[in-house]
Amino acid sequence: MNSELEELYQQVILDHSRRPRNVGEIADGAVHVHGDNPSCGDEIHLHVKFGADGGIEDLKFTGQGCAISQASASLMTLKVKGKSRADAGAMLSAFHDLVTTEVSDPPKSLGDLRLLQGVRKFPQRVKCAMLAWRALEQAMEAGDKEEHVSTESA
Amino acid sequence: MQQTNEVNWQAIREDFPILREQIHGKPLIYFDSAATSQKPCAVLGALQHYYEHDNANVHRGLHGLSTRATEAYEAARAKVAKYLNAPNVDEITFTRGTTESINLVANTWGVKFLREGDVILLTEMEHHSNLVPWQLLAERTGARLRFVPVQEDGTLALGALDSLLTPEVKLFAFTHISNSLGTINPVADLCSAARAVGAVSLVDAAQSAGHLPVDVQAMGCDFLALSGHKMCAPTGIGALYGRAELLEAMPPWHGGGEMILSVQFERSTFKKAPGKFEAGTPNIAGAVGLGAAIDYLENIGRAAIFEHDTKLATYAHRRLEELPGVRVLGPQERGGLVGFVMEAAHPHDLTTYADQYGLALRGGHHCTQPLMRKLGLPGTTRASFYFYNTMEEIDRMMEILENAVRFFA
Repeated sequence: MNSELEELYQQVILDHSRRPRNVGEIADGAVHVHGDNPSCGDEIHLHVKFGADGGIEDLKFTGQGCAISQASASLMTLKVKGKSRADAGAMLSAFHDLVTTEVSDPPKSLGDLRLLQGVRKFPQRVKCAMLAWRALEQAMEAGDKEEHVSTESA
Repeated sequence: MQQTNEVNWQAIREDFPILREQIHGKPLIYFDSAATSQKPCAVLGALQHYYEHDNANVHRGLHGLSTRATEAYEAARAKVAKYLNAPNVDEITFTRGTTESINLVANTWGVKFLREGDVILLTEMEHHSNLVPWQLLAERTGARLRFVPVQEDGTLALGALDSLLTPEVKLFAFTHISNSLGTINPVADLCSAARAVGAVSLVDAAQSAGHLPVDVQAMGCDFLALSGHKMCAPTGIGALYGRAELLEAMPPWHGGGEMILSVQFERSTFKKAPGKFEAGTPNIAGAVGLGAAIDYLENIGRAAIFEHDTKLATYAHRRLEELPGVRVLGPQERGGLVGFVMEAAHPHDLTTYADQYGLALRGGHHCTQPLMRKLGLPGTTRASFYFYNTMEEIDRMMEILENAVRFFA
């Protein structure tokens, strides 16, 4: 078996892509961001509910796409739920580093997200891994309840 | 169709140095010729020969080298005309490819002749290159777009043609072979249906020109667009065939050198077609390369190429349907490509997987987003074949895909 494929598609990642966690919508008081990756058709609807303190109280997503985009979204929701905006923002930037640069010792705070490190050997798949995170970034910046984010600049 | 010769397909592979490449340490299996074909030594050599012996600007130098370059460029035009059985060599305009050819028609014929209320008829299986230029034109002129539906089996709903081809239809543009479904459309019938209501027809021959005999007179089309790079020629060269009478009535598109007769400060007069559509220094080497590609393809024979490609595609279709959770799109009778979806893996995961084993597939929407949306698919995986591919490569593809099913399931 090819080792780079094994590294990219670890069992935890395949498991999350087959059975993503936190799938659904949040009806009340949530910011809704639609993110897509027009070059490949990956798509996510992310609903984020912010608490009174501005932290991420709850988040859910629906979407379709490749294993990497689905697993990244699923793992992200588990990781940032209950976090402050600052912590979530730091995680976003740590995750971006993880999938784009040679990080020999990724921060432990990323937890299972570190399993997506294999993406860095597949530059054309970075967008897939980042889609949910770009949507989260947008949600945190959004004043509106409806936002659209794309991996391609308009 | 002409009699097919016995062709030594294995020996033909030797003409393509790139087929000896390794990808991730594995022998390359190139199944992405619908995106772009590989180039034989005959074409690579023609480019080198041109630059080493004939290179100069065309049509205006009075020196000997310019004459040679002009002759090489115009000889290539004559080859394209003969290849398409165009009645007149002046009916061939060199462009950058199919996309530019279609944009040329939209921006000249379309802008001059389309009015508010007119209808542009397309099909639901068009590549974005035969859709977006018409959307832009519709926006500009007030014309409306209308579409021939694609049926469940991947063929056009020809029964709907009568009700769609109303007198308001001024243009009917359609693909010869679908780049995502492999469907071969009955182009001669479509052209004659267009003619019956006085509509102009345009054939997108990007996927067909290098794969089967294409005869514009037998088809009865008004315009035909092709890309060189999908038929063994370099990128950046293509052609537009247009019926002389239509070309004559069309205004120029790009202005500049080469396309003029005389220029005054306030106004200019223009050459006849194709000169008036070829502003600036053209892709001379590209045209020479296209001419060499045509010689190369004609030497093998397009009927033989078509037979070979469809044999591969039919075999791949049958083998793919044996795989659990795999659905092949498009009809049984198809051009040299197979699009499919696999339950276990998204097209992008599958193509990433295949690539690690040297197998070049294409995953995605194949520039047919509206069609994918209609079919309810995020995209497909496509294997597209050309005459340098073999049955053994398809067997190898199947081994890789069988492993992929196990890997992702």
